[in-house]
Amino acid sequence: MIGNNPAFGPDNREYAADAVPSLLSASVTPGTPVFGYGGRGPRLLASGGRRASVVSTISTLVVLAALVAIFLAAPGSSQVRHTFFDLHDMWQSFVGDPTKGYYSVGAAIWLNIRMFLAAEVMILILALVIALIRQSSGPVLFPLRILAMIYVDFFRGVPLLLVVYAVGFGLPALRLSFISTQSYAVYGVIALTLSYSAYVSEVYRAGLNSVHRSQVAAARSLGLTQGTALRYVILPQAIRNIVPPLLNDFISLQKDTALVGVLGAIEANQAAQIYGSTVFNYSSLTVAAILFLVLTIPLARFTDRLIDRDRQRRLAGAVA
Amino acid sequence: MTVDSSPGAMVLDDVYKSFGSNPVLSGINLEVAPHEVVCLIGASGSGKSTLLRCINLLEPIDSGRISLLGQQVTGPGIDANRVRRQVGIVFQSYNLFPHMTVLRNVTLAPTKALSIPRAQAEAAARELLARFGLADKQGEYPDRLSGGQQQRVAIVRALAMQPQIMLLDEVTSALDPELVAEVLDVIRELATGGMTMLIATHEMGFARDIANRVCFLEEGMIIETAAPAELFTDPKDERTRRFLRRIVDAGRM
Repeated sequence: MIGNNPAFGPDNREYAADAVPSLLSASVTPGTPVFGYGGRGPRLLASGGRRASVVSTISTLVVLAALVAIFLAAPGSSQVRHTFFDLHDMWQSFVGDPTKGYYSVGAAIWLNIRMFLAAEVMILILALVIALIRQSSGPVLFPLRILAMIYVDFFRGVPLLLVVYAVGFGLPALRLSFISTQSYAVYGVIALTLSYSAYVSEVYRAGLNSVHRSQVAAARSLGLTQGTALRYVILPQAIRNIVPPLLNDFISLQKDTALVGVLGAIEANQAAQIYGSTVFNYSSLTVAAILFLVLTIPLARFTDRLIDRDRQRRLAGAVA
Repeated sequence: MTVDSSPGAMVLDDVYKSFGSNPVLSGINLEVAPHEVVCLIGASGSGKSTLLRCINLLEPIDSGRISLLGQQVTGPGIDANRVRRQVGIVFQSYNLFPHMTVLRNVTLAPTKALSIPRAQAEAAARELLARFGLADKQGEYPDRLSGGQQQRVAIVRALAMQPQIMLLDEVTSALDPELVAEVLDVIRELATGGMTMLIATHEMGFARDIANRVCFLEEGMIIETAAPAELFTDPKDERTRRFLRRIVDAGRM
C-alpha cells in the first residue's frame, strides 16, 4: 500500500495519543499539579558538575560511534546508503522536477503544515465542545452526552487510516454539491479533525477535572453565571494544566498529516513515495523524515520549556 | 450592642438537608436581624459549613424555607446568581483564583456579574484593598501571599460585590496562629461597620467578643442560642456544656 510506509505508519500515533489520557489520569488528582510528573520531562544530562558532563559526552560519543560502526560493517551497508542516503537523490527529491515525473518534497511539506494548522484549530474547538458536553449535568443534555460518548469511543477505536479512507473516498462518492467536491487535503483535514478531537476532548476533560471544585464554588458564590465561571475561572486553569499533553498530541498530529497522502494529496510523504517509485531511489523518504523532524522537534523542546517554566513558577509561589 | 427589631435579614424556617442517607441539617430555625452578628459554634461535622452553603444556595435544601432580605430564596424560579450577588461568602481555604492577580480576583465579579466598567471596578477594588492593608499586593498572584493575606483578599473579593450579608465559613481555621489576628481584625471592622454576618468559627474568644448571639450546633440542630456572655458562662443545655468543657480542656478558650 502506498501510504503504509513504516516511518509514518498509523501505528506511531496510536502510541503517542494513547499515552496521553493515561498519563493524565495518573497525575490529575485534586491539588496535584499535572506538571508534577518527572519534573523537567526528559532529563538529558544528569546534573553533577563538569566531570559528569565530560563523562556523559564521552559515553554518548562511544555509543554513537558503535552504532555507526555496526551500520557501516553490515553486509548490505553500501546498498542501504545508496538507496536511502544518497545526497544527490536527496537533493533532487527535495527540489523536485515535474518534467521527470516527480514533485518537490520540500514544497509538499507546506501542504502538511497547512493541513496541520487547519486541523489543529478545528480540533481545539470541536474537542472542547465535546468535552463540555460530556462534563455537563442535567437531564436535558442527556442525549447529547450519550452522543458525545459514542463519538469519542468510536473515533478513538477506529484507526486513523480507515477514517481517512472513509472520509476521502466516501464523501466524494456521495456526489453532493458542496461536500463531495472538495480537495483531498480538505478531506484529510476533516478526517484528522474527527479522529483527533476524540483524543483531545479526553485531554480537555482531564483538565477540567483537574480544577478543584472549590474554584467553581468560589466563582458561583460571587454571583457569576455558569458560563462566566467556566470562561474566566475554570477553563484558563484547566488549559494551563493540559498544555503539555495537548502539545504532545499536536506533535503526533503533525506527523499524521502524512496519512492524507493515501488519498493522493501531494504532501511530503506522498511526494517522497512518488520520487522513489519513479527513480527507484528512496533517499526521498529520508528527506521527508528530516523535514518532519524539523517540524516536530522544536515543538517538543517548546513543550519541555513550558513544563519547566510552570514548575518554576509554582515552586517560586510555594516558597514565598 | 442593641439590635433593631426590623424583620430578619436572614430567616431560616425548618431547614432540612441530607447528603444521601446522611442527615446534615435536621430542622434549622434561625432568624438574624439586620446588622446582627451571629456566630455558629459546634464540632466539625455539626452542619455549620453546610448551613452557610445552603444559605448561599451552593447546596440545595431538602425541605424548609430560607428568606434573605425579606425575599424567599428557596423554591422554584429563583435566580440563584442574583441572590448570591447580595450574599458574600468566604471559605476556610480562601479559594482565590490562582491564575489572576489580586486586583483581578477582586474585580472579576463586579465587572462580569454586575457589568461595572473595569476602570470603576478597579478604583473601588484599590480602595477596598487599601482599607484592609493590601494596597501593595494588588499586582501579586495569590500563591505569593501569606495565608492571612490571601484570606483578607478573599474577604475583599466578597465585599467588592457590596453584599448586604456576609457568611464566613471558618475563615481562620487554615491559618497559622500568628496570622489569625489580622483576619479577625478585618471581620471586627466589618461588624463595626454594621455588616450582617453569620460566622462559623472555632475561635471561641473571638465569638464571645464579636457576636450578638451565639448558636451551638450539634448533629444538624441548633441546640442552644444565647448572647455570648450567657452561652459561654452559663449554658443551659447539657450538650452545650459538654462541648464547651472539651474546648476548655483542649486549651482553646
